[in-house]
Amino acid sequence: MSPWVLNGLRRGVITTSYPAHQEAAKGVSPGLPASLVPVTEEAGRVLEALCPTGAISLERGEARVDYRRCIHCFRCCRGTDLPLDWKPGYEWATLTTGGLSAAAWPKAFHKSMHILVVDAGDCGACLNEVKQLSNPYYNIHRLGFFITPTPRKADILLVVGPVTDHMRLPLQAAYDAMPTPKLVMAVGACALSGGVFGPSFVARGGVKDVIPVDVEVPGFPPPPLAILHGLLVATGRKPPAPWQAGTAVAGSTRPSSALAG
Amino acid sequence: MATLAELAMQAEQKWPGQVQAWVDRRSPLCELRCPPSEVLPEVVRWVVVDLGYRFAGLIVEQETEAWDLRYLFYSIHGTPGWARLRIRQPLEMRSVPSISPQVHAADWHEREAEDLFGITFEGHPRLGDFVLHDDLWQEEVAPMRRDFDERIAIVERNPDLKWRPRRIVKDPGAFAMPVGPIYSGVTESALFLLETVGEDVIRAFPRLFYKYRAIEKIAEGRKVEECLLLAERFAATTAFAHALAFSQAIETICRVKVPPRAQTLRVLAAELERFRHHVGVIHEICESTGLSVAASQASILEEDLLRVSCDLAGHRYLFGLAIPGGLTRNFTDAACGGAIEAAVLVLRKLHELEDGLRYSSSFLDRLEGVGIISGDEAREFGLVGPIARASGLEGDLRKAQPYAGYQHFAFDAPLEIEGDGFARLRVLLAEAAESVRIMQEVSGRLEAGEVSVPVSPMPGRAFGWVEAPRGAAFHGVHLGGGGIVQRYRVIAPSFVNWHGFHLAAEDFAFQDFPIILATFGLSVAENDR
Repeated sequence: MSPWVLNGLRRGVITTSYPAHQEAAKGVSPGLPASLVPVTEEAGRVLEALCPTGAISLERGEARVDYRRCIHCFRCCRGTDLPLDWKPGYEWATLTTGGLSAAAWPKAFHKSMHILVVDAGDCGACLNEVKQLSNPYYNIHRLGFFITPTPRKADILLVVGPVTDHMRLPLQAAYDAMPTPKLVMAVGACALSGGVFGPSFVARGGVKDVIPVDVEVPGFPPPPLAILHGLLVATGRKPPAPWQAGTAVAGSTRPSSALAG
Repeated sequence: MATLAELAMQAEQKWPGQVQAWVDRRSPLCELRCPPSEVLPEVVRWVVVDLGYRFAGLIVEQETEAWDLRYLFYSIHGTPGWARLRIRQPLEMRSVPSISPQVHAADWHEREAEDLFGITFEGHPRLGDFVLHDDLWQEEVAPMRRDFDERIAIVERNPDLKWRPRRIVKDPGAFAMPVGPIYSGVTESALFLLETVGEDVIRAFPRLFYKYRAIEKIAEGRKVEECLLLAERFAATTAFAHALAFSQAIETICRVKVPPRAQTLRVLAAELERFRHHVGVIHEICESTGLSVAASQASILEEDLLRVSCDLAGHRYLFGLAIPGGLTRNFTDAACGGAIEAAVLVLRKLHELEDGLRYSSSFLDRLEGVGIISGDEAREFGLVGPIARASGLEGDLRKAQPYAGYQHFAFDAPLEIEGDGFARLRVLLAEAAESVRIMQEVSGRLEAGEVSVPVSPMPGRAFGWVEAPRGAAFHGVHLGGGGIVQRYRVIAPSFVNWHGFHLAAEDFAFQDFPIILATFGLSVAENDR
């Protein structure tokens, strides 16, 4: 037998038990700042000023965090004497209000889904985390998720990056080439809000400015488990993040023609 | 080698009345002011060919009344230090003699400056379509100019469908095979135009900048802490290295001395990042050859190191750690010890993987003698990092121009001479081992104390440099009053090395292309900025 086969067998199974059970290993996620935390007026103003992307706002005595803008700079927890708590976890994905998700086609994606990954100006981190999904720790194949090189076979378009001007048309072309029913998942703060790069004269403020988005995965970058949660939310196999009901998602309305299309 | 003072004297004697020289002992740097005439290429030739300086990059800045062009050179032997050629000319003069016939490494720097500033480089063989793609942007748009109106650019522009990339191969039956910008699997967006008459790639032309985010432009007018976010996040797989280079530039401007504990911890984080990056590239190489068990094993190690980074610093890619003045977080000695121990364990598994790879003939066949870059080619194109060192070209900024206290550490910069894919893999493996050795040395050098000092911004100019995992990186910063960034320039190793990528890909078969791409381990994001 080839030494590589033995080598692989010797390593044993290390795959995470998520989604059946929660993953408890250290270092799988950087966490996110806690939202809707009661703070004093003074501390709230400090936090607002510290946040470089305006993700934190003080509303009715609570510090509210817009996760679509959070870029993991840790300034709200390391830059002040009254830090915001960071919560561990990775189940962050939400459905957009205009998004369809698998609910529209309950049978279509339930067992298996093919993913086309498009880099629309990503810094490398989100893409690297998407790459980690195929490593033995996460092994998304066991859940029926496959990465495909062609839009013709793709069910879901996974987009990372703020959508640069040069990538706008290739992204549109890839989306148009996908057969319906199709979903779009925007991964990472750049793809949701432009992050630190957009909107600018060469980049958009996220994927929704170019094509309609169904599932949003916040994080900078979202760790592999968060992206996996996004895929499970898209297929209706996991509920979205608990703050789904509370967060109004602005600006991502789906044109009715896409429904028919 | 001559000292900087001697260099200054020699330059003034060689070109009397034309070149003015002065020495900045703090940097240490010798500045040679040249007229914008044919003297410039002569001086460049003297600095590079006769004195053996390495070209670092070109920094263009539009001042109120003049263009300011600075060509930066460094010595790879530590002393005497840095040389900078500087030309200034009125804004109406939009043409400068090209230096790329003398220093081919300056080729892309000049193309970039021409595209973004609208300056013509006389004698440059090929300007145009580079950063701003000609099928989407009009040639006269120059976004880095101060008077550029961003609003013009935002309008929906339609592509020029008649535009075609330039073809070189004219043989009968020749055709171009485009790969990209969206292509197989999980890959960064870039277009490769491979020209061929059948089996072999005759000409490989990477068309990059699909991910151009204009960080140098959007940094202008921002505060230091906002600019830091751009420095850290434009190429996040090597975020710490770039954040460190930017921080060092700010520290030089503001005359801040970083506490010793922060210096040592910076070395720890930088080496952890290098180790993780190299393991990631090794995974890509295994994957590209279709050796799936080895690829899985390597990807396990990469994930292990991402988790170690997250456990130590709170973030898998070390975001939010480096700031001007030190670090945002102090690690306990025990936490450092834990991370180092985990890294040693990963290295042991990497060695086991290496043993397996060295005896897998199917794997070696795909790498040995494939994608060769000779030492002369590497020198001519000014390649940096592991790719240059695999072609026998010395040069590691940690040794050549030490920063962050690297001069106190004993380590090797591994060198190979074959310049093929296997040599690049061996350099990566050896460097990974050296990184862990440096990390182990860190634990004995940790002094108690603070990890950051406050920085009050002051106006000035400086550049910071690091040996990033992919090679030499330089960040030039010009701060104005109130700590506002006037000009930010990033010279990234991927930008330099993509320039020479076609040398490796040409004259090899199509099926070798993904493997050559993997052994280069380059980042598109780092190039596109």
